[in-house]
Formats: sequence, C-alpha cells, structure tokens
Amino acid sequence: MDTLLQQIVNGFVQGSVYAMVALGYTMVYGILGLINFAHGEVVMVGAMVALSVIQLLIDSGLPPLLILLISLIISIVVCMALGYGIERIAYRPLRNAPRLAPLITAIGVSIVLQNLAMMFWGREYHAFPSLLPNNSHMLSGAIITEVQILIVFVALGMMGGLLLLMHRTRLGRAMRAVAENPSAAVLMGVNINGVIAITFMLGSALAAVAGIMVSANYGIVHYYMGSILGLKAFTAAVLGGIGNMRGAMVGGLLLGLIESLGAGYIGDLSGGFLGSHYQDVFAFFVLISVLIFRPSGLLGERVAERA
Amino acid sequence: MRNVLKHLSSKNRRSAWLTFVVFAIVLLALPFFTDALFGRGWVRIVDFALLYIMLALGLNIVVGYAGLLDLGYIAFFAVGAYCYALLGSPQLGLHLPFWIVLPLGALLACIFGVLLGAPTLRLRGDYLAIVTLGFGEIIRIFLNNLNAPINITNGPQGISMIDPIRVGEFSLGNTHELFGLTFPSVHLHYYLFLFFTLLVIFISLRLEDSRIGRAWMAIREDEVAAKAMGINTRNIKLLAFAMGATFGGLAGGLFAGFQGFVSPESFSLTESITVLCMVVLGGMGNINGVLLGGILLVVLPEALRHGSGPAQQLLFGKTFIDPESLRMLLFGLALITVMLWRPAGLWPSNQRRRELVTKNDSAHL
Repeated sequence: MDTLLQQIVNGFVQGSVYAMVALGYTMVYGILGLINFAHGEVVMVGAMVALSVIQLLIDSGLPPLLILLISLIISIVVCMALGYGIERIAYRPLRNAPRLAPLITAIGVSIVLQNLAMMFWGREYHAFPSLLPNNSHMLSGAIITEVQILIVFVALGMMGGLLLLMHRTRLGRAMRAVAENPSAAVLMGVNINGVIAITFMLGSALAAVAGIMVSANYGIVHYYMGSILGLKAFTAAVLGGIGNMRGAMVGGLLLGLIESLGAGYIGDLSGGFLGSHYQDVFAFFVLISVLIFRPSGLLGERVAERA
Repeated sequence: MRNVLKHLSSKNRRSAWLTFVVFAIVLLALPFFTDALFGRGWVRIVDFALLYIMLALGLNIVVGYAGLLDLGYIAFFAVGAYCYALLGSPQLGLHLPFWIVLPLGALLACIFGVLLGAPTLRLRGDYLAIVTLGFGEIIRIFLNNLNAPINITNGPQGISMIDPIRVGEFSLGNTHELFGLTFPSVHLHYYLFLFFTLLVIFISLRLEDSRIGRAWMAIREDEVAAKAMGINTRNIKLLAFAMGATFGGLAGGLFAGFQGFVSPESFSLTESITVLCMVVLGGMGNINGVLLGGILLVVLPEALRHGSGPAQQLLFGKTFIDPESLRMLLFGLALITVMLWRPAGLWPSNQRRRELVTKNDSAHL
C-alpha cells in the first residue's frame, strides 16, 4: 500500500467536506462580514436529523438509496429552516450593532443547539447506518471506498452548481451585489433581507449535505461533532481568503490535504519527536505561515475591515 | 470603583468617603456572609469569579481598548498556570516560592503575548481572530502531548499536588485563626485574589486615561488615522498583547496555586470564548461593564446549576430535563437575549454609547 497516495486520497475526501462547510462560512461572511459561529452546529443537526430519519425508515423495506435520498431531503429542509431561523432571530436585529454583538449571539445559538441536540439524541456516540455498499477499490496502491468516491463527486458537483448559481443567475448576481455594496444594492432594487435569508439557507443546505457525508464516511454521529468540524471549516475559509467562494473551496481541499499529510509525515519531519496528535498544530502552523505572507488568505483580494 | 474615585474629587467628599468605607467593609466581609448564607462552596465560586474578572480585564485591554479580537486568550492563563505548576510541584521536583513563580509566570505569558502579537501585526479583524484561536489550540495541544518522549507536562492527566501559595510558614492552603476569627483556605485566597483584582482594576483605570490607552482606542477606531497621527501602531499593538497576556499569566499562576491541580482541559477554546463573552456582554472597553459581565457569567451558570433541578421539582414535581444541559441551554439563551436587548453590552462605555447613536447614520446596511 502506498502511504503517500493513501494520505492524499484521505485528505481529498476530508477536504471536500471541509470545503462544503467552509462555503457556508464564507458566503455569510462575504455578505454580512460576520463569523457565523453556529454554522458547525447546523452541520451536526443535519447529520442527526438524517440519522433519525434513517433509523425510522431502515426497517420499512424501502431500497437503501431511496432512504438515503429521503433523509437527505428532510435534513436539508430542516437545516434550511434552521439557518433561516438563526438569521432571523440572532443576526437580523443586530445588523447595525457593534461588530462583536452578533458574534456573542452566534456563540449563544451554538450553545443552545448543542444542548438541545444533547437532550434529543443523548450524549452517546451513535453508529450511522451504512446504506451504501461498503465496497472499496484499489487506486494504484491506495484504498478508496465507494462512499468516499461519492463524497468527492457530490461535493465537486455541488460546488460547481454553486459557482454557476453565483455567476449565471439573477439571484447570484444579487448576492454578489449585496456582498460588494449593500446600500448600492438596495438602490438597485435588490431585496436585501431576502438575499441574506437565501444565503443562510443555501449555506445550511450545504452544511446538511456535509453533515451526512462526514457521518457516512466515519460511521459515527455525536452531538459535539459540529464544533470541531466547524472550527476546521472556518480555518479553511480563512486559509483561502474569507468572503471568497473559490477561496473556501481551495482552502478546504488544501486543509484536508495538509492535515492528512501532516498526520502521516509529521513524525518523520520532526525526527520522531512529534507524533500524529500534532496534526492540528501542523494545520494551524501552516495557516499562520500563510497568513503572515498573505494577510488576506490565498485568494482573498479585498481586505474587509468593518469597524 | 471609578465612580468612587470621581466622587472623591467632587464637593461631596464626606458622603463619598462613606460610600467608599461601606464598599470596603462589604468587600472584606463578603466571604463570611457568603459562607453563612450560601455555604462554603459559594465562597469558592466567588474566588473563581475574581480570577475570571482578572482574565476579563486582561482581555478587555486587547479586545475592548485596542479592538484586536483575540479568541485564544486562555493560552496565557495556561502559560501562567503551567509555569506555577511546573516550578512548584513534585512534577519536576522544583518547589520555588510563589513570589518567584508568580511574576515569572506573568513574564512568561507576556513573552508569549509578544510572540503571538509580532507575526499577526499585519492581520486585520477576523483573520486575527482565527490566528489567535489557532495559537490557543496549539498551546493546549502541546500541553496535552508533552508527556512523551520526555514527560514535561504529564499530558492529559495534568499536574497535581501543586504547592499552595505560602509566605514563610503561613500557607494559604490551611485554615488559620487570626484576630479571633477563623479563616479557611478559601477565605484567605479570596483576600489574595481581591488584592490582585483591585490592582488589575487600578492599572486598567490608569491605562485607560493614559497616553497609551488613548493610543489603543485610536487604533481601535481607525488604525490608518492613528498611524497618521504619529502613533507607533506596531509597538502599541504589541503592548496591548503583552499587557493583556501579563494579566492572564498572573491569573493563571493564582489559579494553579489555588486549585492545586492543572490539566489541559481547563484551557479549552470554550474558556477563551467564556472570557470573551464576559467582556462583550458586560460592555467592551468599560471596566464597570467588564466587572459586571465577569460576575454574571460566573454566578449565573452556578446558580442555574444549583437552581434548575429543584426548580423543576417545584414546578412539575419531577426532574424533566437533565439540570446540567438545561443550565447550558439557559446560559446560551441568556447570551442571545442580553445581546439582542443591549447590543453594546449591559454597561457600555460612554464613548461606545455615543458612537452607537451616530453610527446609525453611516451604518453599512
């Protein structure tokens, strides 16, 4: 087995999940200049809802693929409603408030969601049923499962679709206009509140899909899974240049690769002194070094500073 | 505190002195009252509230005065705590006295503050937030894993049996009889922490009105304009990091001596966020507000912890929801409602209040 190739495959799969979640962060940031700290919890809720739906339907005799599709749709709908609710309750009233106020409500929302999830689904780890055949393929020395192949393709497909939406439709143009200059966008007749709500809902839909992907990949769901994933995705968004959608995609994939290569090779690099538990240190270290040389991320062109 | 000082210089000196004396007596008698009314556990909570207030005041310098969003502030607390723990416990076999270890911890934290500040000078806003967050995580991961190949921090188990704070034969870890009163360990720590908290408040107040404080606020409002006015933004920003970190390190050392045990668990991202919530919820840049935020965010979760179980019993006759998760749920809801109700914090500084009025005209949405 080829370790290098295997780590690259793992990193790519993990990176596409990061990229999907990072898109949610970056879209909201691009429009509102706000770190949506509750986004990670939306991912968790997506995974949890899908788990419950699958558990309900698994004995019904429906074909597994159909069950997966139903759970996907329900969890997307729930997450979109959740994203809309979060924006409406916690962010919209604070749009003209000091910059840190929505940050605190975001933290509050994320605490509330986490504890609600703990009440509903309990503290324990749940096994995520594997509905897809768990076949794996050899790819010139590296093992890749069918689930992983699916993850990568769905992620790439959704990202491509999102880029099309942003650059080929009226809605996408409205979103870009609001991100560029909200007051000018209002004057041009853009319904700002609507665009912001749709942005949150799009990001949440991506989060739901990402939540299911990550649970299907690892086979485990937990009420705490959102915070660490959200943190990583946020790091990825910053790495690529926050507010920039292509940046989030590049940053996500890059962070996944860095982490997995770091975990695989950090021991050799440091002469055996540091083990693989330092993979996060390695990831943050790369992030800090990138930001020292490019203070607004890899692809971030404008420095958004809103006091 | 500030009101007290202001009153002292006003005409009404006698009543001002009276308030001051009453204030001092209340503060001095607080542990005994708390002990008698709520039990000893609450004196401990008050001690922790003082530690958190020190942390919040330290972070207030970085976030409130200089406007640099720091999400990894707890790292400095960790540096101070581990410095004390390593130099005053059987872990390395060193038992240095606290008056060496405590300043050393603060100094070390200060150095770490500059180490974090130096590479991040060019970063703005939320980029700074993520780098500080990463820095906090890096420190925690190192503390968690530095038990192999050489055991320095004892990994996730943490360091226990840390020496209590001791002057000669007088150890704060034991109960003492003084002036006919019994002072348990928590009471003694209360007075020590009170002293340091007042010191930190005093330094913060003096800094706020100083040239440096005004430079910080100028940077917070507009860095480019501040630079144009001849402020050396690089040094002043580094100074903010260093000052904030020093207070954090000091609180960390006190924490280690008080607790007798430190482990990486105490220094997670959640803790950084809690301290940030204290600063923002109370009112950024205003010392009164930060004090209020610190007290509220320590006392409220504890009160909920003790109250949410019995309250359910009283209302419904049985416990529906696990009190621990209900506590956090209510805490989260409290954060949201308070911020929606008072976006500038519970007790905003006068300057912020003025800004909020004028800002509505130039708001970006």
